Parts: sequence; C-alpha cells; structure tokens
Amino acid sequence: MQADTCFHCGDPCDRQLITFDEKSFCCTGCKTVYEIFSTNDLSHYYELQEAAGSTPKAIEGKYDFLDNEEIIAKLTEFNDGNIQIINLYIPTIHCSSCIWILENLNKLNKYVTNSQVDFPKKTIRVTYKNEDFSLKNLVLLLAKIGYEPYISLEDFEGKKKVSDRSLIYKLGVAGFAFGNVMFLSFPDYFDLGSSAASGGEYWLNKYQDVFRWMMFIFSLPVVFYAGWDYFVSAYKGLRAKLLNIDVPIALGILVLFLRSTYDIAFNLGSGFFDSLTGLVFFLLLGKFFQQRTYSFLSFERDYKSYFPIAITRLNLKGKEETVPVQEIQKGDRILIRNEEMIPVDGTLVYGNAQIDYSFVSGESELVAKEIGEQVFAGGKQLNGVIEMIALKSVSQSYLTQLWGNAVFKTDKVTAFQNLTDSIGKRFTIAVLSIAFIATAFWLYYDPSKAMNVFTAVLIIACPCAIALASPFTLGNMLRIFGKKKFYIKDTQTIERLSKIDTAIFDKTGTITTSQKSTAHYEGMPLSPEEESILKNTIRASNHPLSRSLYDLLKEQNIITLDEYEEHVGKGLESSKDDINMKIGSANFVGKGSSENLLDTSIYISSNDAYKGRYVFQNQYRDGLSTVFKNMSESMNLAILSGDNEGEKERLEALLPKMTPLYFNQKPETKLDFIKSLQEQGKKVLMVGDGLNDAGALAQSNVGIAISENINVFSPACDAILDASKFQQLYSYILASKKAMRIIKMSFVLSLLYNCVGLYFAITGQLEPVIAAILMPLSSISIVIFTTLMTNLIGRKLS
Amino acid sequence: MSVIYILLAISLVVAIIFFVAFIVSVRQGQYDDAYTPSVRMLFEDELVKPMKETGNVVKSEE
Repeated sequence: MQADTCFHCGDPCDRQLITFDEKSFCCTGCKTVYEIFSTNDLSHYYELQEAAGSTPKAIEGKYDFLDNEEIIAKLTEFNDGNIQIINLYIPTIHCSSCIWILENLNKLNKYVTNSQVDFPKKTIRVTYKNEDFSLKNLVLLLAKIGYEPYISLEDFEGKKKVSDRSLIYKLGVAGFAFGNVMFLSFPDYFDLGSSAASGGEYWLNKYQDVFRWMMFIFSLPVVFYAGWDYFVSAYKGLRAKLLNIDVPIALGILVLFLRSTYDIAFNLGSGFFDSLTGLVFFLLLGKFFQQRTYSFLSFERDYKSYFPIAITRLNLKGKEETVPVQEIQKGDRILIRNEEMIPVDGTLVYGNAQIDYSFVSGESELVAKEIGEQVFAGGKQLNGVIEMIALKSVSQSYLTQLWGNAVFKTDKVTAFQNLTDSIGKRFTIAVLSIAFIATAFWLYYDPSKAMNVFTAVLIIACPCAIALASPFTLGNMLRIFGKKKFYIKDTQTIERLSKIDTAIFDKTGTITTSQKSTAHYEGMPLSPEEESILKNTIRASNHPLSRSLYDLLKEQNIITLDEYEEHVGKGLESSKDDINMKIGSANFVGKGSSENLLDTSIYISSNDAYKGRYVFQNQYRDGLSTVFKNMSESMNLAILSGDNEGEKERLEALLPKMTPLYFNQKPETKLDFIKSLQEQGKKVLMVGDGLNDAGALAQSNVGIAISENINVFSPACDAILDASKFQQLYSYILASKKAMRIIKMSFVLSLLYNCVGLYFAITGQLEPVIAAILMPLSSISIVIFTTLMTNLIGRKLS
Repeated sequence: MSVIYILLAISLVVAIIFFVAFIVSVRQGQYDDAYTPSVRMLFEDELVKPMKETGNVVKSEE
C-alpha cells in the first residue's frame, strides 16, 4: 500500500501517479513541494511526521492585489520601507512538521529574516526585507509549498485584535498580594490570643504594626485594581435595579477592607487582609478558568471573513485594475478568476460560470449559469475566468444585506440572566436581613459588639464559593465538550443550551453530508466496455460530481482512451475503439431537457443513443432518525431548508411523524421564523451550517454550526459541532442539563459552609483566623466537587 | 531586633523582582501561545545540521 499513497500529502494516488526520486506523488503540486524541500535540505520535514504536506492549489493572479501599497500598509503589522512584519493566518497548519518548515522559511528565501508560528491560532508571523521582495512574493512562496495564507476582507478592515491580558495582570497582582499577606499574617497565626499586655512573644508584638500596615499596603492594589471589576459590575447592576451576584461580593470585599483597616488603625486586631486577598484571588481564578476558549476557532465570523480584499475590475479601456471590494459600484465590469469568490450580485457577461455556493447554502453541487443570468454574491467560481457586471454594491447584495439586521448588533450575553445571578438576588436579600436582625439583637443585648457582628456577617457570607461554582463547572464542561469535538463559545452558552425546548435544523449540509455519496442508476444497462470507458473518462475530470461518481463506480482497469474532450459546463466526451460516449447534462447527451429539475443527475449516452442516468441523492447523516426520535420526546423539532421540495418524501420517511418541514426558506425568513417562535416563549436551538443560516443562528437562543472540518469556515454561532459527532447532539444537550444540576448542588454545599460561618459571625466570635480557614476551604472544596462531578459526566459521553 | 526591617525589606525586594518579571513576561506575550514553544524546543538539534551544510546564517530560536 505504501506505493499507492502520496509521499507528500498521504492521499491515495489512484487518479494520477507520479514517481520521482523513488517516491510516489499524487499530483505535480505535491512533487514540486517535495522538490523544493529536498533541494533546500529541508527533507527532514518528512521525518518529523509522515505525509504531512498539503497539496498546493493553483493561484495564478489571485494575489495581484498584494501589489497595492495601500493594501500592504493595512495588512502589515510593521512597515518601515525596508523591513515588514506580517501576521498571516494559514488554515493548513496542523502538525509539528508544519511548524518546522514554516519556521525555516529563511532557508527557502533569503529575504525572510524570521518566522514564528503560533500553532493554536494557526498563524505565522514573518519578518522580511522589503528589497527585491514583497508581501506578494511571500504569499506566493507560502502557497507554493502548500501553506496558502487566508487573507480576507476582515483582515483588511484592520481591527487588529489586541489580546486582552488584563485578567492575567489582575490575577498576578492578587496572587502576589495573597502570598505575601499570608506570610505577613504568620506572626498572628502563631501568636494566637496573646498581646503585648498579656505577655506573648516579645518581638512579634513589638513589630506587630509593621506587619499589619504592610498587609494593608499589599491589599490596596487588590481592592482597587484586581477586584475593581466587581465594584463596577455591582454598581451597574444596582443602577439597572438588578441584584446580581457581584453585589454581595463587592459588599464583602468593601466590608473586609474597611473593617480590617479600622481594626489595625485602632489596634483592635490583625484584620482580615489574608481572607480579602485570598477571596479576590480565587474569584479571579474562576474567571480565568472560564475565559479560556479555543483560539483557533472563530465564533464571530460574518461575510467579511469569507470575502476577498480586492477584485479585478476592467476599466473602460478594457484594462485590468485591482480595486478593494468596497469600491465596487453598480455597473462595474468585474473579472472573476478560477477559485475566486464573487463579491457582489451581478449579471454574467462572459465565460462559463460553474459556481460553488457551499459557503452560502452548504450545498456542494455546482450551479451552472449562462451569459445574461444573475449570479449572487458568496459563490465561488470553479471553472475558468468569468466576467460580470455588478448590479449592487457589496453591502447591498442579496446575502450581505442580511448583516444589516438588528439581530447582529444585539448581544445574547446581556439579554440573559444566568443561574448565579438569579440566586445572587435571593442570596443578597437573605444576607442583608440576617445582618440587620443580628445587629438589632446585639444593639439591644451588647451594643459594643453590634458593629463587629454586622461586618462579620457580611464578611463570612461573601458568596465566594457560589461565585466559583458556575465558572468551574461550566469551564470544565467546555473543555470536556471540546475533547468530544463540540466547541462552545463561552460558558454561558452551556447554560442557555440546558434550557432549550425547540430545535430547528437546516437541511443541506446540516442533516445531510456535503459529499453526495449515493447515486442510483436509471435506464438501460451499460455493457462492460461502456462501464470501463465511463470510469476512465470521469477519472480525468475534476468536476465534483465526476469525482463522486468515480468513487462510487466499481474498479476498472486503466485504459487509454482514443479521444477525450471536456466540454466545460456541459460534460465529457470520449471514445475508445468504436464506442463514443457522452457523459454530462441532459442537453449535452441529447436527452432533451431533464425530466425532473429537483434531482441532480449525470446523463450518459453511447454512440448518440441515450442510455440512462445516475441520480444523486442527499446522503443523510448516520443516526439522523435516532437523533430526531430521541429529541422529539422532549422538544419540538422542525426543518427549515433553503432548497426545493425534492427530498420531502425521503425526509418524511426518516424523521418522526408530524415533524414540520419548510422548504424554499430565504435567509431572512429563517431568521423571522425563529423570532416568531421566541415570541411564543420558546427557547430555540438552531442547527445550521452555511452563511444563509447566519441570521437564524444569531437570532436563536443557541446557534450551533455543523462543520465537516472545523478549520474551514463556519458562520458566526455559539458553538461548532464536528459533523462526525452529530449523533451525539442530544446527549450533549442532556449533559448541559446535568451540568446545571451540579451547579445547584454546589450552591447547597456552599450554603452549608455559609451557615457554619454565620454561626461564628452572629455569636460575635469571628476571629480572622477562622475566616482565613473557612474561605479557602469552602472555595477549594467547591472546585474539587465540581471538577469531579463534571469529569463523571464527561466519562459517560461518547 | 531591628534587623527585622532589613529582612522584611529584602524579602519584599525579592518578591517584587519576581512580580515585575511576571508582568514583563506577560507583556512580551510569552503567555499568548503556550503550545508552540513545547514543539519548537524539540527541533533545535535538527536545525543545526542543515545550517552547517548550507552555510546560511540562520537565526535560531527567538
């Protein structure tokens, strides 16, 4: 088998076999990369990881826009005329060989001075000399070795993502202060109950004030920098008349600080600085744990991530010029090359359009357009050069105007009150009442202790453990789901997912696989010779349908055809001995118009006599019926498809009875459908895949994008589910419900700790050391409890 | 016993040195990518060999 797979990329070489240097390659592209690597002493690439490479694609002319100075200036990170630094996103980075070769770019080209890969983000940062070399050369070099960077309109609009490191700083400050305050508290811990008056350790008492005021100094940055967000959030909550969980936390921090300062100022005790700094540190740790997500995935994509930066425009004299896409106006004549994206709606005026709308609809089948027909933005031309006249500007095209909808400007996070905050409200009220009742009692009984008890209650009731339960449970669930190839944007999404009662699915690409891998033959049987010619003819074709059919047909010996011709956009023609075959569209083979417009078929004729056709069918994902059956027991389901009704009967047979099926849905109608469900009080889950689902995904309570390959683009959503795990969708929803139950259990646990603490506080016996023990103990036990329980759930998931 | 002031000062200075080192390393972006360096570390031996053969000046690990 060794000989049959490509030495460079590992793909089988059944279509074409090139032998070079005693190694086999699947195409000239792979061979070229191997040649480049081996002549530059970089063949170590193949030792690190076998068949690590990816096949380079033809990209002629695609990057001409990188000659434009203005565009270079926007894309580069640093540019002083001699040296330029750029960060490029390369989706094909996938293994250690990739890192190695990309960090050795300087051996392939002397102008590159330094290159550094960020593997999790799949980016490379290249420093290069600008003399006799340019960004375009660099991109071409990368593309030549199979690492074509992805440059989109989004990069151009230049919101340079500044990574927010403030939480790490805050965590550092709090941890630093926490550790030092603990050390400085040691004298007090060891010298319990003694003071200068009652004897005790002489030097500890003498220098007591030094230690205490140093603790005070350490706690200042903790309160006013690290913990400041809690005050801001509590203030915002109160102003919006909401008692969120940050209100009791902010109250706790404030009281801890004031009471401790008061204690040391009047020499009443050592204060609670250790508890204060520890509290803030643990809280920030929880935030940090919750924040870490998938840097290689983007959940925020809109059409700008898909669209090219610049496009070739033909000016009045017929000369080509490169212009940024935003400058395209109605009436401009645009040239679209092979593999280029169509950025605006327009009319085709030249060439054979074979357009792949899979970004838009998830449908991988090519759509052929004739001159004079309309082409829509978002499609990718796959068949040579076409020319078109723009009918609209970029932002007003059929697809892109969807992003004008208000739903893309609202934030799901702010509109949702999470479990912790709703508990926080009751909790705050309870704590405040206890504090006032206890104070009232002591005012009557022993007024000197009243203030002491009041502050002690607020300190000990500070809901540190409650605030930690949710970040640690959900943060851990996020990681567990990630391992199971279900990538969730943030922890709050898990909470929303657990409340879902309605699930809406897109059809094409979501519940069907993108490869059309089933086809059946209708018509007169083919003779063995004809079958052999058929297989050998489509072997040479790169049309997606030919490729699918090639894989489906049974093995044939490779024969040399006497004649072979590809009629672009129509079909293939070949002959061997006395048989002449035509394979392609109905018109092409002389069948007249196709019988059924709803099907996708390849028609075959032999010696001008129609033989039959291969009808392709949507291949539904494995386990689709089971998933729907299970889900229908607890929630409402529906299918929203942008396609025609061709598959209606098959779907009805597969899905539970009475599942509503809606066809011919436009992107906006999908969005409105979800909205109307939500107005009825439903919590809607949308499962989709293409850009046409983007509106519905944004409107829904939880939008999940299904993706065959998570490195390929998926629209903005709350979660990305790897297509191979589609069958597990329902068990993931159930797991999210279980996670919420764990949080509730941790609330009970932490309330128990609070009761113990409150006993000390109300009776006026709260010593700093008790607080210093109780606070970390409750926090750590909650962390351990939630981690163990979520891992238990994770183990049950497959 | 006033030596305790010196001891406190020393301990504080040491602590602050480490704290500043932490802040500086975060600012330089050393924590932005925690994965690639672990892989890159394993390459260094292989990097040396082709360097000698081709005689190129290669900037090693950054």
